[in-house]
Amino acid sequence: MSAAIPEDVEEDVQIRSDADIVIARRRGRLLAERSGFSTTDQVLFTTAISELARNILLYARGGRIVLRQVRNYDTHGVMVIASDNGPGISDVARAMEPGYSTSSSLGLGLPGVKRLMDEMSIDTRVGLGTTITATKWKR
Amino acid sequence: MEVPILKQGPYLIASIQTALHDADLLQLRDAIVEKVGKSRSRGVIVDVTALDVIDSFSTRTLSDIAHMIRLRGAHTVIVGIQPEVAFAMVQLGLMLEDVATALDLEEGLAFLNEKGHQSERSDTRRR
Repeated sequence: MSAAIPEDVEEDVQIRSDADIVIARRRGRLLAERSGFSTTDQVLFTTAISELARNILLYARGGRIVLRQVRNYDTHGVMVIASDNGPGISDVARAMEPGYSTSSSLGLGLPGVKRLMDEMSIDTRVGLGTTITATKWKR
Repeated sequence: MEVPILKQGPYLIASIQTALHDADLLQLRDAIVEKVGKSRSRGVIVDVTALDVIDSFSTRTLSDIAHMIRLRGAHTVIVGIQPEVAFAMVQLGLMLEDVATALDLEEGLAFLNEKGHQSERSDTRRR
């Protein structure tokens, strides 16, 4: 993974209800728009935020979404950090298998989130919580 | 934010105007399923042109609407999924299978009219 240096702009959204998902999405969309992302990439980033916020509600019932502008030399990007103090993911490899969470079920869908973004890392401890960091770079 | 459901001849049209909370989408589902009986509608159009995100929850709720309406004896067509939204849905693996979709309101109405003719023809055959 490349070194993503955080820039000044940061948004911090507490996720406690479905209304907060909409707030996180809207802030994410604005951040990507301000960062000069194409409409398609704005939507991909926003959709990833939506799914990550949904996972927080489903599995931990609360947490936060932090949104940042980042850069790596001349490349600009947007980063989403989704963190919770929930049960953690016991088998990350399995959670990353395609089809682990199918379209008929809700939540997780982490392989899908990874496809929407350019980079994704998962830091999880059973019983302590999960932090998922995902970055999308401007093309 | 409540989504207005308009009656247009034998059809109902629900035009989503803005980003919806989950609760709003569930409210829309329940309202459509009820109204389709009250107004004896043959078809339902859900216009999602204004949605810039359709995630796993929205997909499942739209799919639930279509299946519930089918059980009520009418057809549903989802119209107006934007190109970038379609791209994001496919990346997430959300296919909205077994649900009719159309480009826009006009195509959606054409689809429902065609469905109406089909069932009239099969009615004639049965007689």
